[in-house]
Amino acid sequence: MVFSRYLFFILSFVAIYAALKVLISKSPMHSVLYLTLAFFAIAGHYILLNAQFLAVVHIIVYAGAIMVLFIYTVMLLNLNIQGEFPKSKFANIASTIAGGLLLLTLIAIFKSYDLKVIANPALNQIGLVKSLGKVLFEDYFLPFELSSVLFLAAMVGAVMLGKKDIY
Amino acid sequence: MDGNYILYKFILASAILLISLLVAMYSTLFERKLAGFFQDRLGPNRAGIFGIFQPLADGLKLFFKEEFMPGSADKFLYILGPSLTMMIALLTSAVIPWGNSIIINGVEYSLQVADINVGVLYVFAILSIGVYGIMIGGWASNNKYALIGAVRAASQMISYELAMSMAIISIVMMSGTLSLSEIVNQQHGFHWNIWYQPLGFLLFLVCAFAECNRSPFDLPECETELIGGYHTEYSSMKLGFYLFAEYINMFISSAMIATLYFGGYNFPFMDDLGLSHNAITMIGTIVFFIKISFFGFVFMWVRWTLPRFRYDQLMRLGWKTLLPLALVNIVITGFVIMLKNHS
Repeated sequence: MVFSRYLFFILSFVAIYAALKVLISKSPMHSVLYLTLAFFAIAGHYILLNAQFLAVVHIIVYAGAIMVLFIYTVMLLNLNIQGEFPKSKFANIASTIAGGLLLLTLIAIFKSYDLKVIANPALNQIGLVKSLGKVLFEDYFLPFELSSVLFLAAMVGAVMLGKKDIY
Repeated sequence: MDGNYILYKFILASAILLISLLVAMYSTLFERKLAGFFQDRLGPNRAGIFGIFQPLADGLKLFFKEEFMPGSADKFLYILGPSLTMMIALLTSAVIPWGNSIIINGVEYSLQVADINVGVLYVFAILSIGVYGIMIGGWASNNKYALIGAVRAASQMISYELAMSMAIISIVMMSGTLSLSEIVNQQHGFHWNIWYQPLGFLLFLVCAFAECNRSPFDLPECETELIGGYHTEYSSMKLGFYLFAEYINMFISSAMIATLYFGGYNFPFMDDLGLSHNAITMIGTIVFFIKISFFGFVFMWVRWTLPRFRYDQLMRLGWKTLLPLALVNIVITGFVIMLKNHS
């Protein structure tokens, strides 16, 4: 138990450091890579909570697919020249205020919500594939299928937009 | 007990790491010998008998070559690229069951480092992050050819990863588990998955070639168009890491093919020999390595036989042939499972 507590602190430190570096880094490529590191740290947290399926899927979807496409875009758009996009002071102040407001809202939500501390995550079985599959396909069957239809619609839309001549 | 357990895991992990490196080292020699055979020449035969010390000589040569780093390169990422490639290539070996268990003094020691219950998904995850090393290296070199090579590698790996995952999903549907050791145990004796999933095996094999960047799909490092692709600007041992990681990937892919479709450490008539559990385990591990060597040979055989694909052909094959075939395979598998459950 002591060992996993140390792991928790190390992972949290890595996650927060990487998240800060995403904002601070000058080069967009470095930002994208730090974001990937943050995703890996969060996947580590899932494993500490005994949610192995969630952790692995998190890595496959975020680190494996979405971030690779991000890097792809950064490479192709040639955003690697530092300081190419100077932002105006107004934009900086506005984004800081907007971000701060979001943080405030999140804090307010979590304060009113009674967070339960999981006594022993090793005994918590909900993150394993079997129990998760049962919950998804029995209790939440309709929302699950509806969300898959939503993804299909997004996919078809992307293909239609990417097509140059629609006939 | 606890200390014993950690020691056993440590020894097993380091042994598997060393074996992977050793096999990768000698597959370079094997490949050059085979290339010699296919092209009707001798191949390396000067260093030791049959050129047995050739890999050592190659390694030393790479170490003593001059290190060169382009002035405009991103220094940290330039070094990170080959290191990541090497690390990710070695990660998969943790979940492959290299053999059944060995019983010493009544305690069972499994020959698998980590028997996690999402083993198949873990392999997917490693596959999907495998492209990072190439992309980072190719981008950090700040060279047009390297960048094009990296972009090609990324799109190729994303395209073939899909078909590969779909091919494995029918295996998962059949065996009803995501744990690799469980999948191997269900293929006990001669009930190998290849008899039930021939199409899936073919898809997996083709995709494995593309994922390892091996010929006929070695577009990312296509010499005639891109000089060296993503490793154009690399020299010395950093280049060596990229080349070496390719051989490790080949070894691991062969092991995955053997695990998923050819019964892993299972072999026919294993129950009729009347040998003890430990002896059967030993023979099983040897059989597993024979299977791996065979698929390693297939990788090299294809490389020296088939010409390279064109890029549009590669994409068409991936998206318009392999992916629909994989989907059809899933539907057929599902249908057969349904019929079986009803009868």
